[in-house]
Amino acid sequence: MARNHVSATVNGDQVEFLCETGQTLLEALRDELRLTGTKEGCGTGDCGACSVIVDGRLVCSCLMLAVEAEGKSIETVEGMATGETLHPLQRKFIEHAALQCGICTPGILIAARSLLERNPDPTESEVRYWLAGNLCRCTGYHKIIDAVLDAAREMRGD
Amino acid sequence: MARIALSSALAPYTDGVLELELEVANVRQLFQALGERYPELRQHLEAGIAVAIDNEIYQDALLQPIARDSEVILISKIAGG
Amino acid sequence: MSTMLKYEKKELKIVGTRPLRPDGVDKVTGRARFGADYNLPGQLIGKVLRSPHAHARIVSIDTSAALALPGVKAVVTRDDFAEMPDEMAAVGELMINFRDVTRNMMAREKVLYDGHPLAAVAATSESVARAALALIKVEYEVLPHVIDVVEAMKPGAPLLNENQYTQGVKPKPDRPSNVAKRLEYGRGDVAAGFKEADVIVEREFNTKPVHQGYIEPQACLASYSADGQAELWTSTQGHFVFRAQCAKVLQMDVSKIRVTPTEIGGGFGGKNNIYNEALAIALSRKSNRPVKMVMTREEVFRGTGPTPGANVKVKIGCTRDGKITAAEAELNFQAGAFPGSPVNQASMCAFTRYDLANVRVVGNDVTVNRPKVAAYRAPGAPIAVFGVESVIDEMAKKLGFDPIEFRLKNAAREGTQTYYGPKLGPIGYVQTLEAARAHPHYSAPLGPNQGRGIATGFWFNIGNETTCSLNLQEDGSLTLVLGTIDVAGGSRASMAMMVAEELGIEFERVRPIVGDTSTLGFNFLTAGSRSTFASGMACVIAARQVIEKLRQRVAKIREVPLEAVAWKDGHARPADAKVAQFAPMSLAEIARMAGKTGGTIAGHAEINAQGAGPGFGTHIVDVEVDRQTGSVKILRYTVVQDVGKAIHPAYVEGQMQGGAAQGIGWALNEEYVYGDDGVLQNPGFLDYRVPVASDLPRIDTVIVEVPNPNHPYGVRGCGEVPIIAPMAAIANAIENAVGLRLCEQPFSPPRVLKALDDAAAAKG
Repeated sequence: MARNHVSATVNGDQVEFLCETGQTLLEALRDELRLTGTKEGCGTGDCGACSVIVDGRLVCSCLMLAVEAEGKSIETVEGMATGETLHPLQRKFIEHAALQCGICTPGILIAARSLLERNPDPTESEVRYWLAGNLCRCTGYHKIIDAVLDAAREMRGD
Repeated sequence: MARIALSSALAPYTDGVLELELEVANVRQLFQALGERYPELRQHLEAGIAVAIDNEIYQDALLQPIARDSEVILISKIAGG
Repeated sequence: MSTMLKYEKKELKIVGTRPLRPDGVDKVTGRARFGADYNLPGQLIGKVLRSPHAHARIVSIDTSAALALPGVKAVVTRDDFAEMPDEMAAVGELMINFRDVTRNMMAREKVLYDGHPLAAVAATSESVARAALALIKVEYEVLPHVIDVVEAMKPGAPLLNENQYTQGVKPKPDRPSNVAKRLEYGRGDVAAGFKEADVIVEREFNTKPVHQGYIEPQACLASYSADGQAELWTSTQGHFVFRAQCAKVLQMDVSKIRVTPTEIGGGFGGKNNIYNEALAIALSRKSNRPVKMVMTREEVFRGTGPTPGANVKVKIGCTRDGKITAAEAELNFQAGAFPGSPVNQASMCAFTRYDLANVRVVGNDVTVNRPKVAAYRAPGAPIAVFGVESVIDEMAKKLGFDPIEFRLKNAAREGTQTYYGPKLGPIGYVQTLEAARAHPHYSAPLGPNQGRGIATGFWFNIGNETTCSLNLQEDGSLTLVLGTIDVAGGSRASMAMMVAEELGIEFERVRPIVGDTSTLGFNFLTAGSRSTFASGMACVIAARQVIEKLRQRVAKIREVPLEAVAWKDGHARPADAKVAQFAPMSLAEIARMAGKTGGTIAGHAEINAQGAGPGFGTHIVDVEVDRQTGSVKILRYTVVQDVGKAIHPAYVEGQMQGGAAQGIGWALNEEYVYGDDGVLQNPGFLDYRVPVASDLPRIDTVIVEVPNPNHPYGVRGCGEVPIIAPMAAIANAIENAVGLRLCEQPFSPPRVLKALDDAAAAKG
C-alpha cells in the first residue's frame, strides 16, 4: 500500500511523515511522529482523550485523517509548557490533584486551554459544558473544575 | 482445644457441621486437620478461605499461631477491584 | 519475618498534608508512558479475531490464507496453548481455575460470547493485521444462547458447559446447570424473625452489567528472546500476578518473564486479569519479533469483563419501634462465560452495616453467554446494597422514621457479630451517619420534583503480599522501590510521605518508583483498597529498619553504645546527654560515609499484611426529576467516609469523588444493551453513557478518621467504599422526589418516564 507524504507544523516545528490513507491524525502523531502524549481512548470521537488544536480549532484527532493535516498547524500537550515552565493549567492540575491516573489529562488540558483562550472568565457551568466532550473516569471532575477556574483566575491576573 | 466455627456458607462441604474443637497450633495445621476430616472442604480451604482468630482476620497466613483457647472462624477470602 | 505494626497516635508533620505528587509533571506534559506508548524497533502489531456469535461450537479454524499474506509473521489459535485441567491452581497466592483462564484468553471447543477471542495474528502494520484477520476462515455451529440470569438458571436453558454441576448443593445434582455455585449464609432464625415483625417489605431488583470504563484500553508489548526469556510491558493492576498467569498458560518459568508495569490509565478491577498478554508473548515467540497489542474501545467492551448484571430479592421485617427482626436476600449474579462472579462477597456485605440476629442470604453464581465478569471496585457490593438500602429506606418511610435515625437504630458497631463469621472490630459506621446528619446538605431545602436520598456502604478492604525496598543514596536522598501499582497517583506520594515522616526528613528527599517484577519479591494486585494500607505498612517497616541501621552505623562512627543514639528529625542525636555526648549526624552526612564504613544502608520489607480495617460510608444525594423527559439530574452530592487516616487528603477526596461518580453513572445511565442475537449493541462511549462533566455537580467530601488499630498510621483502605452507596441513594432520592420506587437499573430517562406514566395511569 503506497503511503502519503504529509508536511505540517507540530508545536511550532516543521515536520514530515508518511501515512496510509486510512490512518488518522492521532495515529500519525503517535506512531509516525512518536508524540505519544495524545491518547486514544475510544477511536470514535466520544472521549476527548485525543484532543489537539488544528489551526486554532479544538479537534478530536481520531476523527481527522492524517492526510488532512497537510499544511496545517497542530498543537499537542507536548507543546503546552515553555521549556521548563509549565502552563498555569498544568501547574494548577498538579496543585489541585485534578488528575489521578492521568490518561485523560492531556486531552482535558488542551480542551481547557482552548476554552480559556476564547473565554478567559468562564462560569463553572461553562467549564463543565465545554469539557463535556472529555471523559474522566477517576476524578468525578470536581478537582478538574477547581483547577481550571483557578488557572483562569491566575491567567486573568485576579 | 481451639474452638473452630465455620461460616454458614461452608455447611455443604462439612455435612452441616459448623462448630468443632481441634487441637491445632497454627492455621496450616487447622487446614490439614479439617481437610482430613472433610475432603470436600479441602479444595475450598486452599482456594479461598480466610480465618478470623479472636476476631482478627488473616488471609494467606498459614503460620499464624492459634492459641489453646482461641476462637477461630473460617470465612471466605476477600478480593477486591 | 517482619511483624505487623500497630497504630500509635503521634504528632505528624507530613502525613495528613498535601504535597505535590512526584509523577505529576510527567502526566501533565504527556511525558508519562502508558501501555500503548511503548514501542520497540522491529515490532509487529498484534490483532485478535473475535467471535461474532454469542454461543457456537468451533468446527474448524483455517489460518492458512492469513499466514500467506505478505507482512503476516505469526498466527496463534487454541492449538498453540496447552490444555489446562479443571482445577484450582496456585498462581502466586491466588487460586485460579486455569481451564477457564486459557479458554477466556482463546476459545477452545466453543465460543461463549460475542467478542470471544479465537485467533490472533502479528503483522508488520495494523492494516495488514486487520486484513489477515479477515482471511481466517472459521466454521461455526451456532448454538442457542442465554444471556439473562433468571433464564439461565431455569432447567432446560442452553448450557455453556455440559460438565458444570452446581457446587454447594447437597446431594450433588445429577444434571449439569448454568448455576456454577450456590452459597448460603445464615444466622439465627429468619422465619421466627419475620413472625415477630410488625411490617415486612419485600422487593425484587434487576441490574445490568456495567463496565469499569477505564479510559485507557488494555495495551501490552511483548518481546520474546530466542533464549526463552520474555519481556512484557503492560498496563496492569498487578504485574506479578500477570507474570504468574502468563507463565502458567505459556508453561514458562516465572523467572523467565520480566514484566514492567506501564503507567495505567484506570483499572478499577478490570485490569486484574490477562487478556492479550500471553497472546502477545506467544506471537513474539513464533515471529521472533516484539509484538504490540492494543485493544480498541469496541474490543474492551466486547472482550473484557464488566461487573455482573443481577437479579436480587430482598425482604426485611421490622417492629413498629424500628428494630429489624429479620433480613433475607437472594442474589443471582451473572458470571459471564465462566464461573466466578463476586456473588460471595456481595452476599457477605449485603447486610453487614446492621446488627441483625436473623439473617439469610442465598447467592447463585450463574454462567451466561456474556464476557467473563471482572472485578469492579467493591465487586458485587453496589448491586447487593442497591437492593438492601432501597428496602431499608422503604421500611424507614413506612414506619415514619428519618432514614438516618432508622439506620442508627440498627447500626453495626464495634463488637457487632457479622452473619458471615467474625465480630467487627473498631469501625466508623455510626460516625459517618452522624456526620451526614450534621452536614448542612442534610437539612437544605428542596424544591418541586426534587428529592433527597441517603444510603450507606461497607467494604472489607484487604492487605496481602507486599514487598518494598528503601535505599539510602550517597547524597542522603532515598529511593523507595514499590511493588504495588500506583493506579491513581496518590499512592507513590503517600508511601513517600510515610517514609519521610518516619525518618523526619523532607518529603522531596524520598523518590518513589514502582519496580518491575525483577526488582522485588511478589506483590499482590492493587485492588481491594489495599495499597496505602499494605504497601504503607511495608514502607514503614522498611523505614524503621533503615533507622535501626543508621543508629548502628552512627554508634560505630561516633564510637558510642547503640542505646546512646536516638533518631530524631532526620538526624542521629544523643539519646541522653548523661549517657554519651556526640556531634549529631544528618542523613546526608551518614550517607556520604556509608560506603567507607560498611556499605550502603538500606531497608526492605516482605510481608503479607494482615489486619486491614473495614470501611464504611454514608452518601447524601439530591436529585431533580424532569417529568417531561424522565431525566434525573444530580443537584448535590455529599460523600462521608471513614478512611482510618487520610495520608494525603487530596487523593483520599479524589477516591471518594471518583467512586461516587462511577456509582452515579451506574445508577443513571450505564448498561450493556444486547440484541436478541446475543450481540452487544453499544460497545462504545457514545451509547454506553458514562457521566460527563456537565452531568455532575461538585461532590463534597467529609473524611472521618477512626484509626485502624492494625496500621501504624491508622490507615483503612478507601478506594472501594465510595462506589457502593450511590445507586441506592439515588433510587431513594427519586422516591423522595416523585414517589416512584425504581427497582430496575439504570434509572435512565426512558425507564423513569415509563414509570411515571405507569404510575399516572394507575392513579387516573
